[in-house]
Order: sequence, then C-alpha cells, then structure tokens
Amino acid sequence: MKNKHGKNSDSVCQQKCCGFCCTKIENFGVTQGNTVILKDINIHIHCGELTAIIGPNGAGKSTLIKALLGEIPHSGNLQFVHANNGSHQIPVMGYVPQSLNLDSTSPTSVMDLFLSCRSAYPTWLMRRKKEVEKVKERLSAVKADHLIDRRIGALSGGELQRVLLALALEPPPDLLLLDEPVSGIDQSGLELFYETVSAVREAYDLSVILVSHDMDMVRRYADRVILLNQTILKVGTPDEVLDSQTFSEVFRLPTKSCKEEGKL
Amino acid sequence: MEWWYKLLEILPFEWAEPGRMIFMKNALLAIIILTPIFAILGTMVINKNMSFFSDALGHGAFTGVAIGSLMGFVRPVGSAVLFSIIFALLISVVKHKSKMSSDTIIGVFSSMSIALGIFLATLGGKSFAKLNTYLIGDILSISPEEIGFLAIVLVLIIIFWLFFFNHLLVVSINASLAGSRGIKTFWYEVVFSIVLAVVVTISMSWIGLLVINSFLVLPAASARNIARNQRQYHFLSIVFSVFSGVSGLIMSYYIETATGSTIVLISAIIFFTTYALRKKFL
Repeated sequence: MKNKHGKNSDSVCQQKCCGFCCTKIENFGVTQGNTVILKDINIHIHCGELTAIIGPNGAGKSTLIKALLGEIPHSGNLQFVHANNGSHQIPVMGYVPQSLNLDSTSPTSVMDLFLSCRSAYPTWLMRRKKEVEKVKERLSAVKADHLIDRRIGALSGGELQRVLLALALEPPPDLLLLDEPVSGIDQSGLELFYETVSAVREAYDLSVILVSHDMDMVRRYADRVILLNQTILKVGTPDEVLDSQTFSEVFRLPTKSCKEEGKL
Repeated sequence: MEWWYKLLEILPFEWAEPGRMIFMKNALLAIIILTPIFAILGTMVINKNMSFFSDALGHGAFTGVAIGSLMGFVRPVGSAVLFSIIFALLISVVKHKSKMSSDTIIGVFSSMSIALGIFLATLGGKSFAKLNTYLIGDILSISPEEIGFLAIVLVLIIIFWLFFFNHLLVVSINASLAGSRGIKTFWYEVVFSIVLAVVVTISMSWIGLLVINSFLVLPAASARNIARNQRQYHFLSIVFSVFSGVSGLIMSYYIETATGSTIVLISAIIFFTTYALRKKFL
C-alpha cells in the first residue's frame, strides 16, 4: 500500500516519523475562559493509517477536531509533511461532521450539495452534464449514486454519512477527520460506513482521524487508538489500549469485562 | 417608459388604456422588478433561519429614516441605508462574539431601534404622520427614475447571486463543513446581511415596513413546501412572488386597498395552498 510513494522518501520526514508522509500535531492545547479543555496533545499520523480517538463524554474529542479544522483558537502546530520532498505545510482536510442539524424541509438535493461545494457554477442555474457525471462517479465510490436527486433532509443517517464522506474526499485530502460519524445509524449502515472508510483509506492512502464511541468497530478497523481525556492517556494498537488498565479506569469498567462489553 | 405604456395597451383593463392612470402602469413595472429581488434573497433568508433578522432590518432602517429627516433630508433614504448597514453589522458582530441566542440579540436591537426611531421622529413635539408612508408603503408613488434604479438593483442582485450563492448555501447547510472547505463563513454572513439591509431599506417606502418581511419570507416559504432542489426552489419562489405581486396590485386597484397588504394576503393564500399540497410533491 505504501510503496506507491516511490523511492525518494529519504527526507527529514523519515527520521521523524514514518518515512513517507505524515501529519504532525504538536503541543495542541485548547483553553476556553479558565477551563483547560485540551493540553499537550502530540500525535503523528502516518499515511494510510486509521487513528481512532476514544474517550468519555466531555473528554475534548470534538474540540480536538474543531481545533484541527481551525474553527476554535488553539495553541500548538499542525503540519503535513510531504512524502516526496519533505516540505511542510498545512494539510488539506476533509471533514465529515457529526451531524448536519439539517432542516429536514430543506430543498437541497445531494446533487446541489455537491455542486455548490465543488464548482463555482451557480447551483440554481441549469446543470452541466459533465459535472453531473463527475458527481455520480464520486457517489458511486461510496455506494450512494442512487441518492443523487434525493433531498439531503430525506436521507437516513447512514446514507447522509456516506454522502458526506464522498464530499470530504473531494478534493482528495491529506487528512480525513470523521467526528462520531456513526451516531444514530443502524448496525448494517455502520458496517457499510466503516467498510467504505477502510476502502477509501487504502485507495487514497489517506490519514484518517476518527472520533468514535463504538469500541467494537474501533477494534476491527483502527490501526491505532488514542485514549483521550483532556490529554492523551494512552496510545497503541486497539488491543493494547482497549484492554489496558487505563481504559477500564477511564470508563469505570471492572477490568475483565471490557473485552466482553466491547460496545459502550 | 413609452414602450411599457404601449405594451400595456393590449391588456383588457380600463387603466391600461392609452394616456390613463400612468401611476398604475409605473407601479406594475416596479412590482415586476421588485418581486424577483425579494424572491431570490428570500430563499436564503429561509435557508439561514433569518426571517426574524430581516424583520429587524426594517426597524433599523426606520431609525435611519428618522435620523435623516431630523437632519433635514427630504428623502432620507441615504441615511436609512447607512444606518441599516451599521445595524446589520452590529447584530452580526454581537452574534459572533456573544454566546447569547441570536433570537435574543435580534430582539434587543430590533425593539431598541424602533423606539429610537419613534423617539427621534417625535422629538420636539413633531407629528409622526409624515413617516406613515414608511410604515404602510406606497408603490403607486414610484417614479420612472426610481424604476430605473430598481432595475439596476435587480441586475446587481443577480450578479451577486451568480458569484456568492454556492458558498452561501454551503454555509447555511453547516458552518463547520463550510469552514473545512476553506469558506470564510463569518464574512459570507456579513456580506449577505448587508445586501439584505440595503434591499429592505431602499424598498421600504414603496412596500411598507409593516409588511416588507413577508415579501422575503412568504414566496420562498411557499416554494420550500414543494421544491425538491435549489433550481425548483428559486424558480417557484420567483413565480409565486411575481404572481402575487402583479395580481395583488391589480386587485388593490379594484377593491381599493393598500397594495402591499393585498400582495401579502395573496402570498399567504399561496403558502397555505402549497402547505396543504406538500405531501404530493415531496
């Protein structure tokens, strides 16, 4: 999967992290008023890696995503180190919000949403065939091409998440941020979503940060898990983190039962 | 304007005969230009849940009119435009900075400005009566120069809509989503508020402060009942708006009522009809 980056990856990046490209989050912190919400967040995410962020309610998971998007003020740096020349820059980010808080009566079709995001050509005028074809292509990548003329307010939770995922991949991002994308979705929709995320991650060799509550899915799909509560408590493979003492303490579980519980 | 008067001669109305009722013919053309402006902007007012805000804009403009006439202008539209832009900016900034609900903030500004307007207008025992025209509106008083001015406004609004609409739509759907795509959400909100403030203010003396918000809200809300995408939404909003404008004007001539309110009542009937039919379309 990673060999498509070619041979010239022997740059600065190599010693510092993966040897290919990576996203570096350094000394991130968020303080609102006198309340420290996040501090000392250091994460390196390699290409093609799915990093799950877990933590109790109020741990600052969504705040971290918002800080990464630059929506709320924060301290620290965010950098993307390129595979080919080792150049540092702010990563292009794709974002799948938790939910849209949609007005369900909104007369905005999936097509409208795509066209208004990807082109300058006004959505309220006649459509251009070429654009429509492209949108269809993007949607079929997430198995959602049949939804193209549906209103976004009429989509089910799972359908909307897949549409938003397709939207986040356009233009192809360096870093994909998924904020609790699975809340309010039935089990089969959930599986489909995770499968789709996994597939696009490999196809695009993407770095993915996923905020999740579903430990079962995290165990099956994540490469790395970060346990967050104001700061990073534990980092490691899913098994390392989910079976750890720290995890049980944070979620107040009796140590043994977390394996059977899985889902919280 | 001669071409327009000539064109109207084909209509079977007594006022459309050559040389008669020039004011009626002017008003008809003004309505045909004015209603699409409101229909277009109204689609976004509803998308962004701004109908209370646009209502408040009229109140802000009213204060501007009062200040203008205090300073001795005969047609205080200039000062009204200036004041309502400041008013729109103030609300946007306070909304952005404060954690209070926008509902409360708009309520505070709206009631304050209408009070300030009445206070200034009646300062020194003056009569309020001359400001009545801004409350009720009088489309029949519009002059050919003013119609030309409105036509320019319509063209400017269409140009604005060509360039800004897509991003405005994304911002209205989800601000975080827009932000992640590099759209400066706050500035889009501000620009739209200013455009809305200017349009509401310049039209106030023809439509009337009391009903002007319905021109923005009703056609778009009716279209929203039955539209499935943005193209249908715009098309229907414009059709409803122009239809209720033209039929309202003609009806008000025969039954001798205020034009603005007649138009709004027709819009309201359209709204309830589309509301009843909405399940058939969606």
